[in-house]
Amino acid sequence: MISKEINAAITIAYRDIIKLFRDKTRLVFIMIFPVIFIGIIGGMFQQNLGQNIKYNYQMYVFIGIIVQSLFSTSVNGLVSLVRDREEDFTQEMFVAPISRYTIIMGKILGSGFISVLSILGIVLYGLILGLPITFVDIIVLAPVLLISVLLGGAFGLLIIGNVSSQQTVNLIFPFIMFPQMFVSGVITPVNKSGLILTILSHLAPLTYLIDLAHGLLASYREEYAGLTIYSPLTNIIIILVIFILFVFIGTFAFARKEKTK
Amino acid sequence: MINNSIIQVKNLVKKYHKSEKNSVDDISFEVFEGEFFAFLGPNGAGKTTTISILTTTLNKTSGDIKIAGFDIEKQSKFIREKIGIIFQKPSLDLNLTAEENIRLHSSLYGLNTFKPFFSMMDKKYQDKVYQLSEVVGIKDELFKEVKSFSGGMKRKLEIVRSLIHNPKILFLDEPSTGLDPVSRNELWQYLKEVRDNEKTTIFLTTHYLEEAEESDRVCIINNGKIERLGTVNELKNDLISEEIIINSVEKDNLLAEIKSKNYNYRINPNNKDIVLHDNNLSSFKIIKSIETDLNKLEIIKPTLEQAYINLIKLNKN
Repeated sequence: MISKEINAAITIAYRDIIKLFRDKTRLVFIMIFPVIFIGIIGGMFQQNLGQNIKYNYQMYVFIGIIVQSLFSTSVNGLVSLVRDREEDFTQEMFVAPISRYTIIMGKILGSGFISVLSILGIVLYGLILGLPITFVDIIVLAPVLLISVLLGGAFGLLIIGNVSSQQTVNLIFPFIMFPQMFVSGVITPVNKSGLILTILSHLAPLTYLIDLAHGLLASYREEYAGLTIYSPLTNIIIILVIFILFVFIGTFAFARKEKTK
Repeated sequence: MINNSIIQVKNLVKKYHKSEKNSVDDISFEVFEGEFFAFLGPNGAGKTTTISILTTTLNKTSGDIKIAGFDIEKQSKFIREKIGIIFQKPSLDLNLTAEENIRLHSSLYGLNTFKPFFSMMDKKYQDKVYQLSEVVGIKDELFKEVKSFSGGMKRKLEIVRSLIHNPKILFLDEPSTGLDPVSRNELWQYLKEVRDNEKTTIFLTTHYLEEAEESDRVCIINNGKIERLGTVNELKNDLISEEIIINSVEKDNLLAEIKSKNYNYRINPNNKDIVLHDNNLSSFKIIKSIETDLNKLEIIKPTLEQAYINLIKLNKN
């Protein structure tokens, strides 16, 4: 039998996956929303502004949306623990003879799987659009996708460690997630922004993921050069530091909140 | 045979951050292996706080607790392996089927390697799920989503789930809240079977005091402190006596006789019966001593509920 903790993490992940498949509306929304986003935003920008830029704009948005999708689905997965807490299901997990870290790992694993599912629609749509995606692109970007899931999970953990109710989550979530889409470089490059936007970009964890993805692409595709803020190595270091910080602060706050009242 | 202590609580204190007084205020007690222990008290007395601490979901402020020989602070994971819990509010995932809820629990407790389908689980697990669900009467609903279940069925499912890992101690935090009388009766019948067959220790909190009548010992907590701890009979004897209801066609003579014998009595305002209470003699001796012919005689055995109400009222005054 596999390790008890790994078994428990898989169990927790499976629960989130099965719940997604039972919720057809959510399933359709997760897969369709990014496609609509690329179709409308990407198409509009490509047709109106794309003529004046040297890179394929839809490809730029395509990569941004994939990373953003993975990141936000992963955040959502972790934040679902707040709903579990309100529905009293966390009690069942917290009295099980497993570590609190296993619960978090299971949540990250489950939301990771859902994230991957969410990008299937995007990839399919990208292929239909005839975007110049190569095998090398997939190999180079694969680690970024994994890192996006992990950082999303860590960011979600930071949120649930400091938020108690679903109502608060509903209230703050749009303020935390939606602006990141614009300041992190998902839609347009942000390396030449003014001071305020630059500060906002640097505050958004998603920025470093998008920057890393575009930076890696630029390392062998010249047309994407000059669009990033930092080098891939710098981005990796920053991501590692904020990942450790988020996990440490989030787990501590979460475990403390559950047991200390 | 009840002898070994399985829960030891010494000087337990819990003070919530925003509270000025202790919710649990320096309580100590023991629960013995195989015992049915009822932990009673009015709302806000500290019952749920205590049970939350004992089930490792809440930190204590101070005190020492050992459960099944393990220290609650240092070995809580081992304790969680030994206990089963039925929470005050159902903690089921309503979007999963009954069986999926059980499978999730079983895998979290490390009894089985998790498999995505019931048919893939090992036969031992399948047999146990069928057996337990049949006993509590939810076998036909095993593969239905829990959101379609009534309150009674959810409770039954929680019982199956809490017993799947053969816990040594079963914590029941107001388990019959929201259940109709039939479901409540079925629940207790099944728990009795579990206790008889598995010798499981039961730690119960409840507002339905008739549920605690069968317990081995009762602990009454109020304002965070233990008011009484003893067997049901000890509590009844301490707090309330039997009542004898009598009447006669010669009521004036009967009253005069009772007064002459200095018996404590009151008159029932509804039917004017004479109720003899709180006398130091046994009911048998009192009845034997009355010479007036009686046309009514009833002996009312005290209930735990009466004893409990008396105690709580006594403390309010």
